[in-house]
Amino acid sequence: MKDLIRKLVETVGPSGYETAVREVVRTEIEGLVDEIKVDSLGNLIARKGQRSPDGMRVMLSGHMDEIGLMVTHVDEKGFVRFTTIGGVSPATCIGGRVKFLNGTAGLIYMERLESGDRLPSIEQLYIDVGASSRDACPVKVGDVAAFDRPFLDLNGRLVSKAMDDRIAVAVMIQALRECQSSPHELYFVFSTQEEVGLRGATTAAFGVDPELALAVDVTRTGDTPKGVKMEVSLGKGPAIKVRDSGMLADPRVVRWMVETAERNGIPYQLEVLEGGTTDARAMQLTRAGVPAGCLSIPTRYIHSPSEMVDYDDVRQSVRLLVELISHPVSLG
Amino acid sequence: MSANLTLPPGTPRIEEPQLALLERLSNACAVSGDEQQVRKIVLEEIKPHVDEVRVDALGNVLAVKKSSRADALRVMIDAHMDEVGFMIVDDDKEGLFRFAAVGGIDERTLPGKTVLVGKDNVPGVIGAKPIHLTEPGETENKIPIESLRIDVGAGAAGKVKVGDRATFATRFRRVGDSLLGKALDDRLGVATLIELLKNPPDGVELLAAFTVQEEIGLRGARVAAYAFHPDLAIAIDSTPALDLPNWDEHENTGYNTRLGAGAAIYIADSGTLSDPRLIRHLAQTAEELGIPYQFRQPGGGGTDAGAIHRVREGIPSVSISVPGRYAHTAQMVARLSDWEATLALVFHAVLRLDRSLLLAGR
Amino acid sequence: MGAIFIKLDGSMPDLKEFLKQIISLPGLSGHEGPVREVIAEAWKPLVDELSVSKLGSLHAFKHGQAIAPRPKILLAAHMDAIGLMVTRVTPEGFLYFTEVGGVDPRILPAQAVTVHARRDLPGVIGQPPDRLLPPHLRGKPVPMSHLVVDVGLPPEEVQALVRVGDLISFATEPLELGEDLIAGHTLDDRAAVAAVTTCLEELKAVNHAWDVIAVATVQEEETLGGGLTSPFEIRPDIAVAIDVTFAKGPGVNDYRGRGLGKGVSLGWGPNTHPAIFESFKELADRLDLPYEVEVYPRYSGTDAMGMQIVAEGIPTMVLSIPLRYMHTPVEVVSMKDIRRTGRLLAQFIAGLTPEFIQKIRWEEENS
Repeated sequence: MKDLIRKLVETVGPSGYETAVREVVRTEIEGLVDEIKVDSLGNLIARKGQRSPDGMRVMLSGHMDEIGLMVTHVDEKGFVRFTTIGGVSPATCIGGRVKFLNGTAGLIYMERLESGDRLPSIEQLYIDVGASSRDACPVKVGDVAAFDRPFLDLNGRLVSKAMDDRIAVAVMIQALRECQSSPHELYFVFSTQEEVGLRGATTAAFGVDPELALAVDVTRTGDTPKGVKMEVSLGKGPAIKVRDSGMLADPRVVRWMVETAERNGIPYQLEVLEGGTTDARAMQLTRAGVPAGCLSIPTRYIHSPSEMVDYDDVRQSVRLLVELISHPVSLG
Repeated sequence: MSANLTLPPGTPRIEEPQLALLERLSNACAVSGDEQQVRKIVLEEIKPHVDEVRVDALGNVLAVKKSSRADALRVMIDAHMDEVGFMIVDDDKEGLFRFAAVGGIDERTLPGKTVLVGKDNVPGVIGAKPIHLTEPGETENKIPIESLRIDVGAGAAGKVKVGDRATFATRFRRVGDSLLGKALDDRLGVATLIELLKNPPDGVELLAAFTVQEEIGLRGARVAAYAFHPDLAIAIDSTPALDLPNWDEHENTGYNTRLGAGAAIYIADSGTLSDPRLIRHLAQTAEELGIPYQFRQPGGGGTDAGAIHRVREGIPSVSISVPGRYAHTAQMVARLSDWEATLALVFHAVLRLDRSLLLAGR
Repeated sequence: MGAIFIKLDGSMPDLKEFLKQIISLPGLSGHEGPVREVIAEAWKPLVDELSVSKLGSLHAFKHGQAIAPRPKILLAAHMDAIGLMVTRVTPEGFLYFTEVGGVDPRILPAQAVTVHARRDLPGVIGQPPDRLLPPHLRGKPVPMSHLVVDVGLPPEEVQALVRVGDLISFATEPLELGEDLIAGHTLDDRAAVAAVTTCLEELKAVNHAWDVIAVATVQEEETLGGGLTSPFEIRPDIAVAIDVTFAKGPGVNDYRGRGLGKGVSLGWGPNTHPAIFESFKELADRLDLPYEVEVYPRYSGTDAMGMQIVAEGIPTMVLSIPLRYMHTPVEVVSMKDIRRTGRLLAQFIAGLTPEFIQKIRWEEENS
């Protein structure tokens, strides 16, 4: 599965510009599903199976987009100013490398700060692509870039940019491969524009009109030095989301996920995330409402160019997802 | 008369009637949630020119201009009727009223302005303490909106009540190529859309949405898009031109748009990543026909497209704006030539739309 | 229209008891099951049909008498409570927590709570001594992240019983302050649930043309989830949100406060359809029911915000019950105001003719 992960995380695909990622996903799942559709926001919606009497229409959503940057101005000397796509902190930018969709590479640096300032604002940053004038600059206003970092395997702890949320995309693809049979009409939705407000999931959910919805996304951990206090750690298994700042998981869905994990001896953690939300919120509030939850992959350093997951957690996430979708669901 | 742009024959132009309409619209008072004055003008103007028109539950005007083509693309064009303004929230007696802002208004632009209150446009002022009576250093601090009052004079106090809306009292003026007035955001869009209904581009079904409550959350557009369920949408708005000199005389890299540089096409704002196919289509149309255009700097702000594109299964959307300086204040400055370019660009872009555009992936 | 005003003493003799009962039931946002069951029991004899939405909102249908197809009016009162949720169980058996809904941490120290763990555990919110807090916080209100819940049990028992994600409700017992006032937690918005209940009671003996759907919504405090989803299923012609609003009192002394016990609050602003507002106002005048007008320039902060923009849009109205100390465990409301709200709603519904739909079309606006 590591090759699949590497392929996905190294593709450039910030919100709104996910085409390259979508093509990778499509290649991977063709032949494994009954129907593939791309909607007007670029969501890849893949249906597998028909709904049998003890099944439901189930939507899974993992987002293809990553955070990134968009060019706002190229100055006379060829320096590139930008705005952020999704939650990008200046702290993770300084000295970083970026790759534009058109292949141009660059680095980010900052203006000289006044003595009182500790962190630059985004307006005080710029990208240097090695051009010396506006005319010679290979990028223009509107071009998009993602952070550029190679994939690393540190003893089973995998590090890359865009683990949020390509790791979930990988988990979904792998679950699709491993799922032998299911009573459900399954919709594997590889969504777009999550990082800028769950936009893809909003429209995909309306279109799919599911009876049950599960997002697959990353969540923070509390296991780093003097970090956020949180009960999720790397290496303790997938997290079952109870709540984040945008939604409360349906308690029936949480119970179903916990029971499934326990019944199959899959380690799991219960997750309460303060700050951040997922596609689950969008699915929950669509049409007349949908019971929704989220399977979270614990991740350190989210929204930095070096996000870290534990490969065992990833494998267990696949196992849990397969168990969840392969059997009837009783929401009781 | 018109701005000396060279445009293809048959392009709708801005001439006296269009300017007169803009003047009526700009001077009308329609704060978010209370758009009646503008709705009235819109209905009068468009009724003879459309096949269907209705007013929905929130007060949006939804009009349809059908096409003779059987499989015509259904194109939604949107402009918002509401402006930022105020609501009277408390009566301090003697003609003094406390007020709150409706929509995003920088409170630093309020002291010393004239306003019109309520359906009868009762004149009032937002005063400020005389400078003679200020303490040392006081003029360096904002006067918070909670301590400002609208003063209509004790004699007129009976004509104003809590709940009334108020707007700036600015009267529209044209000065050469410049247009000065309040609420040009988005009366420019409203005037443009009215013109497009009077001179519709052939071959598409035009779904015109004159929306409400854009300034407080794109609320009208959301339900209008749900009702129309179009194939694609174009929002026409106005966007800030921040093209003043930088304080340190370095290059201004955050100008958003520039006056005189033409219609502003949106690549991305805080609410929408415009559909790249529509961005390309607009830019190509402008290039090929020699219509002045610019790209609005990505980031910040938002238009009705932010709500529209997320409705139902998603609607490919893009926004295009007339630039204006001093947005959301008593007085915006825009250019007639930019307005004419915007009208021309939307007209020709819609004229040239073809279903195949949407068949190509996003 | 006058013939349908049947004079009724609209008060439920045990309305106060019902209210005290439902505010004491658990039902935090997203987990409203327990209180929903009791509301369903109370509403069952008053309506024709009950159902539960996908997110757990309670829908109660009462058919009207006009010939089908009948227009529909939806009444929304949210049943979810604010509270807290366990984020960590320490080795010593202390619980750290986060909020569900908006909670001012300053009202938390020494509050009695119930932890809904494998079984319900009484607990108290403990404020650590200053010497155990970072220097910059000493002497200041303690942020939620440093407060703990102490359930008084040995650590092993706590570990076995309590999990991350368990809910914590306020445990303050309701108090009667004099004849008319009730103090307790979750009067926001179960006071409105009581108002809707008394409205349904009054409608039992009244003919009404329109269909009435009373909805106890979920998740208003977090996502407006109920308000956004129930109308999609029901597709009413009018929707009225019944919520609470700020009553004048300590900390509330400007135009944003209403008089406690001084009547129903009629909401005016972008979430309110002016013609529906006028109808309610005229009716209140005619019934001699005390009321105040509450203006909200932008947002009402109620289910009406969600309901108004569902699908093609719904004409909405906001009725509010004045309440002191909102979002604390000692909220205060007047029973009189609750009954007045229920009565105003019932009489409004009784007076609805099928032609009212025409009256709320914007083009017909006269003023």
